[in-house]
Parts: sequence; structure tokens; C-alpha cells
Amino acid sequence: MDEIYKEYNGSIPEKLIGDVKKEVSKVKVTKVQLKEILDRVKKEYEAALISPGEAIGIITAESFGEPATQMTLNVKHFAGVAEMQVTSGLPRLIEIFDASKSIKTPSMEVYLKPEYNKDPAKVRKIASQIKESTLGDISTEFTIDITTMNVKVVIDKTKLKDLGITEDTLVKILKESIKGGVQVRLNKNEIVLKGKESDLHELYVLKEKAKAAFIKGVKEISYVLPVKRDNEFIILTSGSNLKEVMAVKEVDTRRTVTNDIHEIYSVFGVEAARQSIIDESTKVIQNQGLDINIRHIMFIADVMTSNGVIMGITRSGITGGKESVLARASFETPIKHIIGAALRGEEDYLNSVVENVILNQPVPLGTGLPKLIINSMNKKEKEKEK
Amino acid sequence: MQEYIYKKVNSIKFSFFSPEDIRKMAVAKIVTPELYDKEGYPVDGGLMDIRLGVIDPGLRCKTCGSKLKECMGHFGFVELARPVIYLKGANVIYDMLKSTCRECSKILIDENTRQKYVEKLGNSSRKAIAAMIKEKTKNVKKCPHCDAKKYSVKLEKPTIYFENDKRIFPIEIRARLEKVSNEDLRLLGYTPEAARPEWIILTNMLIPPVTIRPSITLESGERSEDDLTHKLGDIVRINQRLFENINAGAPEIIIEDLWDLLQYHVTTFFDNTTASVPPARHRSGEPLKTLTERIKSKEGRFRHNLTGKRVNYSARTLVSPDPQIELGEVGVPLEVAMELTTNERVTSWNIDRLKEFIKRGPKNYPGANYVIRPDGKKKKITDETVESLLEELQEGYIVERHLMDGDVCIFNRQPSLHRMSIMCHKIKVLPGKSFRLNPSVCTPYNADFDGDEMNMHIPQNEEGRAEAEILMHVQHNIITPKNGLNIIACIQDSITGAYLLTREMEFQREDAIELLLSIGWNDFSNFPKTKTINGRQILSALLPKDFNFIGYNMLHKEDEKEGMVVVKNGQLGKGIVDRAIIGKESGDLLRSMYIQYGPEKTLKALSNISKLGIKIVTNYGFTTGLVDTDVDEKIFIEINKLMDEALKKVDEFIEEYKSGKLEAYPSKTLRATLELKILEVLNKARNRVGKLVAENSSKDNPTIIMASSGARGNELNLAQIAGSVGQQALRGERINRGYDGRALPIFRKNDLGAAPHGFVRNGFKQGLAPYEFFFHAMTGRDSLMDTALRTPKSGYLYRRLANALQDLRVEYDKTVRAASNEIVQFCYGEDDIDISKSEAGSINVKKIIREAINK
Repeated sequence: MDEIYKEYNGSIPEKLIGDVKKEVSKVKVTKVQLKEILDRVKKEYEAALISPGEAIGIITAESFGEPATQMTLNVKHFAGVAEMQVTSGLPRLIEIFDASKSIKTPSMEVYLKPEYNKDPAKVRKIASQIKESTLGDISTEFTIDITTMNVKVVIDKTKLKDLGITEDTLVKILKESIKGGVQVRLNKNEIVLKGKESDLHELYVLKEKAKAAFIKGVKEISYVLPVKRDNEFIILTSGSNLKEVMAVKEVDTRRTVTNDIHEIYSVFGVEAARQSIIDESTKVIQNQGLDINIRHIMFIADVMTSNGVIMGITRSGITGGKESVLARASFETPIKHIIGAALRGEEDYLNSVVENVILNQPVPLGTGLPKLIINSMNKKEKEKEK
Repeated sequence: MQEYIYKKVNSIKFSFFSPEDIRKMAVAKIVTPELYDKEGYPVDGGLMDIRLGVIDPGLRCKTCGSKLKECMGHFGFVELARPVIYLKGANVIYDMLKSTCRECSKILIDENTRQKYVEKLGNSSRKAIAAMIKEKTKNVKKCPHCDAKKYSVKLEKPTIYFENDKRIFPIEIRARLEKVSNEDLRLLGYTPEAARPEWIILTNMLIPPVTIRPSITLESGERSEDDLTHKLGDIVRINQRLFENINAGAPEIIIEDLWDLLQYHVTTFFDNTTASVPPARHRSGEPLKTLTERIKSKEGRFRHNLTGKRVNYSARTLVSPDPQIELGEVGVPLEVAMELTTNERVTSWNIDRLKEFIKRGPKNYPGANYVIRPDGKKKKITDETVESLLEELQEGYIVERHLMDGDVCIFNRQPSLHRMSIMCHKIKVLPGKSFRLNPSVCTPYNADFDGDEMNMHIPQNEEGRAEAEILMHVQHNIITPKNGLNIIACIQDSITGAYLLTREMEFQREDAIELLLSIGWNDFSNFPKTKTINGRQILSALLPKDFNFIGYNMLHKEDEKEGMVVVKNGQLGKGIVDRAIIGKESGDLLRSMYIQYGPEKTLKALSNISKLGIKIVTNYGFTTGLVDTDVDEKIFIEINKLMDEALKKVDEFIEEYKSGKLEAYPSKTLRATLELKILEVLNKARNRVGKLVAENSSKDNPTIIMASSGARGNELNLAQIAGSVGQQALRGERINRGYDGRALPIFRKNDLGAAPHGFVRNGFKQGLAPYEFFFHAMTGRDSLMDTALRTPKSGYLYRRLANALQDLRVEYDKTVRAASNEIVQFCYGEDDIDISKSEAGSINVKKIIREAINK
């Protein structure tokens, strides 16, 4: 049997042979039948092959452009709580294709190692460790005392205890995280902050600064939400910091992801970024109840990452990186491109579509791709020539 | 006549004009701002100089001797009294001043490093080298070559330069830039052959030919000049004044003022939308449209004229439905068929036939409008010319004859969002004034008949016709490449018809035969030899005889057995045919046929099934109305009970919430939990109303038939009409906005109940209460806004995608490559499968195995 399979290696993709193997194992098949099956698979595969010259780029663009008109614009999508909004629909798709550096709602799905992901109480504790805590989060009151010209902070002791910090260490942490020569002092239940200068405005600035002072956790993670998924608990976060979250020892580094493509790129590299583009786009499309073949999504991800860096589908990204002057100029900011080209003495070899449309010439796609030269002389003339 | 040269453009080079180039290519020196003399004749050396081209019919160009439309126009030039900076190059000059020495004009890096960079020039990116050098020169204090001190240079937008806070004038800048060596320029990222920096400071200026700035003669006989001519007039006038003042030895301050004014005019001539320059205006206050405005944006030269062109041989009119026309056809009004033509080359085989067309001329159908001689001369056929044209007609001539049945055309509806928006149809000339379209091809065009207009184009050579027919015909677009499902399918009435037919209908043999004959089918070999023939057997007659198929209809989800549709050897054995079988985006039957029998047979079968369906509906007398949703008193009471129960439940939840007994869902707040529970209860109640109405209507109720066949409508619609419109949701929540604590003033503050937050208890038939109507309008308006905002956003996304991806293609070696042959994918989609040629991008292995074993 294996020999028969081997015969078809190369003429049918491996995955398809795998499919046949899997399906054939369920029923009884003779060698002759198997051969026939594979022959038919091969025949159908060959009939389904894509034709050379197919303008696959445009087809992909159309496959996204047409359903995009049916997507909703509602930005908000709640994962339960107001703090956990996630951009979805068309705005998110635009965000992905723009490869925008700062996305509107960065968020992570933190998976935990098997030994930690079963007990909800434990998961909640890990979650609170990941969350970025500021002085504002763990205090109940901020007051400006004008008589002594300092800021008084009343600490919520239970919250402090949850974080596993004593009051003394809190003072130490604060001394580090509030910069600018601020005195930090512990006075009973209060923390007293005194700035260098003593005018009211400065004091107010100090108060705001103190509220945002970093105490513990992972920076950028502003909200955490333990959720049950399948048989385990995972932590959804608002805000993203892949590197530091992965450094937490309970976190399963193999499955934890963020929705920030650029962050994935800088941590894992371009291959992972490609997969991230595919995953994130698929999420949006499924969320909207649309059906777009995976090949199109993969194609866009490949185009965006084929240079080794992430390029957005914008005038500064893929279109801006095109060789042809006219192709760039006909998209956006034509004057800039033409003047730049003249300064650099660029030459446009008319390899792509728009230039040839502009010049009324056949485009190098589809039936315009083959450069066939036909000898128009008939046989007799040919013989004469000889 | 001018000889036209037909050649393929190989490449286009971009560069600046040097002052010498300008002098060389100019045919006239412009010295006076006057346009015409007293007789209205263009002044020599004026802006409308007749050497610059012709814009009046009948005149000949003084330079090339051609007539209007043949002469492309010729450039002139002005010699500027003082050099002026070309706005778009201001930053280049700024860069140059910063990185070169003010005394010796060398780059401000020492000789050794310079040499290193020179060596690098050939191999690494010029952009990177230039950036590095510029960075290095930033903090240099003294010129390493001549020890001259470096001054700080500032650019005051748009075109004024300061050096240590002292203004430097273009003359001085130009003198410095002239001294920069070619090699230094290359180091700084420029190409001296194409553009030397001093060329950015204009000493001569090109005057564009009059053909690009034609003047219009108004009705009153007055001449109205183009915006460009106005601007050029300003430039020439100030330039002359400047010359005069310089020659008269006027004080420097006056000269500088005039110089700045000249600079302003030149700047606005190139770009009238610069941020820091006030735009030049007409007397009416409307800004002038100068060169940059002509080129950029959607209405500019690039997007409006170069990438989108107007065409001949096209028509546009209203579309209207005609279920009798074939899917691959389009009904064309006689008027259109007689105006548009297709061409036929005269050969010895068709000369007699074509002569008949010419004889009939343009006024009798089918005639011909033009004859084209082999030398390209086009002759109109009129009563006077008919005779001579008939006589001289011989092989090699081309006749442009009227459109006839079977000619190919390309049919299109905007917005052309996917390739199915432009398809090839065969022409069918019909009386009337609208294009006739089979309703089944509405889906790919996204057309309806509420006033939609569509465009038709006629290909004008054999290559075009062949490509249209082989690649773009409707039958090749049944399956969309988006997801591999069929987009052309039975819709609405044809689905209803097929559903009714396969559900329970039975006919006398004679009636069945008549039915099929009425849709033009006359092959009855599939018919069993019985007296009565059921609906499935009639439908089977339209299927290929060796067709095998197993599919699942809409019932499949609830009832697996009933949901199977089985076709064995071309006989539809069991199963009701509905939308899941023959409808769009799911018609498994059609896709199976497409793969097995190819496009042509599938389209034919689809057309027949669709026609049969419509015929059934017509004969059955299918109609629908509000009566369909009438329910018994008993059921009405039940509906009310259902709603009351739901509302009571909502109140209970609120009570629980208030007393703190409500248990929050995991990871949700208490309030969010309440909202979710309320929504859930109310939606469930409405769905049950729909079910209740559906269950208690007769199965012959037309609305129910439409809903259960999938043709149109669903249980929800029914519930909204007969029962309750339901909860109105705004941004995914109940309606909470409006006044403080309440949505409308008629409610009590902070009432959490159903009605105050947008629950519409009444159905459409009963009529809505005023506040219900208001809530309903709120969501309606929200969705309108959403649509209005979404359309331009998604349109822009599509434009960007199309522009970025348009040159990607599959090469002969199966790699996917971009324009300059960079490989993007080694293998399209990792297996080379075309989505529209396969079953959504995969090969159905299961089916092949099943068929191979059962053989």
C-alpha cells in the first residue's frame, strides 16, 4: 500500500495524501481501488490547480473589500466588564492591515501551566500579581495638606496584604518609583509625601504623580480577568506586555499570546508575527460571521511580512515601498513621489499594473503575462529561408 | 497629417530640467503679460503666443503646422530677473546648505571618511549613506577642508533661508550649490545627471503650452482665461517690473520686495495649497487651481484621467427583471443595439452578408453605422455615401454593424467590489428601454430593480471578445473565489417553487409534460412510466442522468433523516429541495454539478430549475400578505401570556438584584449579570412567540412556506409582526441614554424594568405605543449612521488593499510574485489550489473514496 502512496509523492501535496490515508483507513480498500482513488484525487487536484497569471493579489483584495462593506462599525465588544473592551469589526481589521504600532485595545490571553490552571482561587492570585498596581489602586484617600505642604495617602491595608507587601517595603518601593527628590515617610496609617518645592501647583502635580506610582505587577497590564475556557482557567488582560508576563513562572509561555502584532514581532520574530496576523484577522472575520477562505488571510499575512519586517498596507508600507514611481504616485501623494523620483533620477520600468493602465498598454497579469513570439512565416517560407 | 508611431513604452525616466534644457525645448520667449492685441489677436511674446500651440479650430500651429487636436502644444519660457526657489525643492536646498561648507561647497566631513563613503557608494543603499553623512555633518563646527566656520542655517517656510539669522538670497545659495561636485551630490543621495540642486533655484521658467490652459469663449463673446494663464500673467508682469527696477537702479529694498512677490507668484503657480502661503484667489474669492491641484486627489489627473478612462462603445440604462431570459444573457433595448456596434472584418466569405448590413444603413435594424478602410479612415454610412461605400467595400475593410442576438458584451454594476461585478453576457435585443436581467444574477452584481442602472461595454476585437467569453462569462463566475461557494443560484420565488414542487406536489403525466414544455424542456426520457408523476421526478428530469449527490437541506439540523437530499443516477429520490440545496452561498447541489459537469451545463441546469420554480409559483398562485400572520384568538392569548410571563420574570430579576439575592455570573458584575438575564429572558420569549405562530399556522401558509424554504423571511420576522418587536439594542446594550436616569420623561427615574429600557412589547400588526415607536426609531437611526460611516471606511480599506496587491500574480513556476519578481509565496495557499475551482479550497477525498468503492 505504502508503495502506491509513494508513487504519488510529488504529484499530489503531502497533506492531500495524508487525507486519503486517513479516510482510507476507515474502510476496506483493495490495491486497485486505492490506485483508482489516488488517480481521481490527482485528476481533481490537477483540475483545481491555479492558472499561471492569475491576478491573485486583486482577488484577495476583493475577497476582503467586498465583505468589509458588511462589517459593523461598533468598536466596543465586551468580554464581560467595561474595562475589558476589545476592538472588533472593521476598525480592528483596519488596525491589523495598517500594522499600526499602537493599537486601541491591547490585550493578552495568558495561559497557565497545568499545575496552576485548575484552582480558581490560585488563578485569581496569579492574576492579581500580573496586574499593574499603582499607589492609586491600593489607597483609599489622597489629600493635600496645605498647612504642612505635603500629600497624605491613606493605604488600604487589605489590598496591600493581597499584594504581599508590608508597609515598610511599600515606602521603599515608593522612594524608587517616585522620582525628583520626594521624601516618603510612614505615619501611622498614612504615607506622607513631601516634594522639593512647596507651592500648591507642584503639590498637585506630585499628587497625580503619586497616584500613578508603580508598586507591583507587570507594567501596562491595567486589568485582569480570570475566565474559564474549556477545562482550565486562563487570564484575559487589558494592556499587553508579553515579555514580562512570560517571565512570571506560573505562565505557560507556549500558549500565551497578545493581540499586539508588533509586540509578537519583537519578541518572537517575523514568522510568529505572520501567524499572529492570520489569527487576529481570522478572529475578526469569524466574529462578524463572515466566510473568507484562509488562503486569502494567509496571503495578506505573507505580503505584509515577506520582507522580514511587518509592513502595513498603507502609503508608507507596501504601496510606498514599490519600485515603480507611477504606481506609488497613482495611490497617494503623487507630487511627493514624482519630485522625489526626479531628484533621485529614478527610472520606471513599467513592470506593474497601473503604469501600463496609464500608458494604455497590456498589463502583465492574466492573459497579458505570457510574452509569446509567434513565427508568422509558414513552412514553405521557412524552407526557403534555409 | 502627422505620422503616428506605435511603439511599446519600455521605461520612463524622471529628472529635472536644467536651465539649458528649458532654453532648448522652448519655442518662444515670453516677455509681456499681455494676451491679445486690440483686434483680439494673440500678442507675439505674450502668454497666448501662437507659437505655443493652437486652441482655436481652423488655425494652424506656427511651430509645427498642425491643426487643432493634432498639435500637442509647445513650451515657451520666461527669463526670470532674479532666481526664484522652486517650492517643492526647498527642503533639498535646506539639506544641502546644512551639510556643505559655505565657502568651498564641500561636504562637511573630512577627506578620509568621505573616501570611505565613496567606496561604499556602489554596494550599499544610497539612502542609508546619505542619512549617515547628514547625521555626521550635524555637529561639525568648522569645515574640515577649508577651515571656514559653519553657520547655523534656518529655513523659514516656505522659501526663506537664514544663516546666523541673516537672510541669504537665492542668488547666493545658487552660487554655492553650483560648486558642489557631482560625487558629493551622489554621496548625499542625489543623481546629478537627473537633478543638480541649483536647478531647483529657477533662473528660467517653462511656460506650459496653451493646449493645457485653453481659454473659453463665453456666450457674450468675452474670453475667459484658464487659472494657469492668470497665474502666469502675474509672474510675467512682476518679472518685467523687476527687470525695469533693476535696470533703473531702484533701491535694494524695492527690488527685494518685488523679488519676494515674484517668489510668491511662482510658488502659487506650482502649488496653491501650501500651508504657509496664502492661496492666490480669483476676484470672486475662489482659490485658483494651479499645477499641483490639477494632479493630486481623486479628481486629479492621476486618479481621474490616467488610471480611469472614459470609453466609447458603452451604454448605460435602467435594469429591470426578466425571469424568462437566460442567465448568461442580457436584454438590450433596440435603441442601444442600433447605436452601439461591433466590428467585423470583411472577408470573401462574409462580404455579401456585410453588404446587406451596409445597405440597411444606420436607420434600419440590423444595419451598420461605419465602414473603416484599411488605412484607418472611418466613413459614416449615410444615404449619400451608401452607394460608394458598397462599391469600394473589399476584403480587409472593417464594418461596424449593429448589435445582434448572441454578440458578447461586458456588463457591470458599480461599485465593482469583486470580479463578479463585471461579467460577460450574450446580447438579446428586446423592445423596451431597459436592460433586462435574470433575477438570479442580481446577487453577484448586488443589483435590485428599484432604479439601479448598469453599464454595458462592447469589446471591439477578436481578442477582447474571446477573453470576455472564455474568462468572464457568467457561467465561469458561478463560484466566488472568496470562499468557494456558489454566488449565482436560485433566489426567492424559484426556491419557493422548487420547495413546493419537491415537498408534496403530484401531477398527471400530461400536466407534468406540459409544465416542462412551458419552460422549454423536451427531454422526458427520465420520466417513469406511471400515470402520475411527483414533483421530485419532474425536477429530476432537469438533472444530468448520471448525477449522484448527497446533500443536506435546512431541515437537517432538526431532523437528520428528513434533512437528507439524495440524487442517485439523476433521480431525486428523497428530500425537499430548499435554499441549502439550490440557494446562494450554500447550494451544494450546484457546486457538485459545477465540479462534475463544468460551467456550461451547471448554468443551464440552474436556469432550468429556476424557471421551473417560478413556473410552479405562477401556476400555484402564490401570494402573501398580512393575513398570513393572523392568529387564532386562542393563540393570541397564549402569546400574551408568554409575554406577560417574561415581563414578570424580568421584574423578579430586578427584585432579586435590588435585594442583593441575584448571583453574579463568573467574572461579571452584578449589574451586567442583570442586564444579561433580562436580555436572555426577553429574547427567548420573542423567539418562542415566533415558533408558536409558525407552529399554529397551516403548512400552506405562504409566509411560512417562504420562511421554511429559505426563500425570504424567517420566524423572527413573523414574531415581530404577529407577536412582539422585542428588545431594541443600542451598541449591544439596552437603551440607557437620554435623560438623567431614564430614557424618556414618561418613565420613573432609575426604573430597571423592560419597557423603560427599550423593550417593544407590541408587534408591528398591533401597532407600537409612542414610546415604543421612539425606541424603535432610535435603533433604526443608529444602524443608518453605522452604514453611512462604514461605507467610506471600507471603501478606503479596499482601495488600499487593491493598490498594494494589484501586481501580485501566480507565475509559470507556480510562485506568487510581485511586480519586480520578488517572491511572496513559493506556492499559492501552500497547495496551489484555486479556491473557485475546488470545493472551498479542498479536494473532497471522502466523496471520491465513496464513489470508488461503490462502483
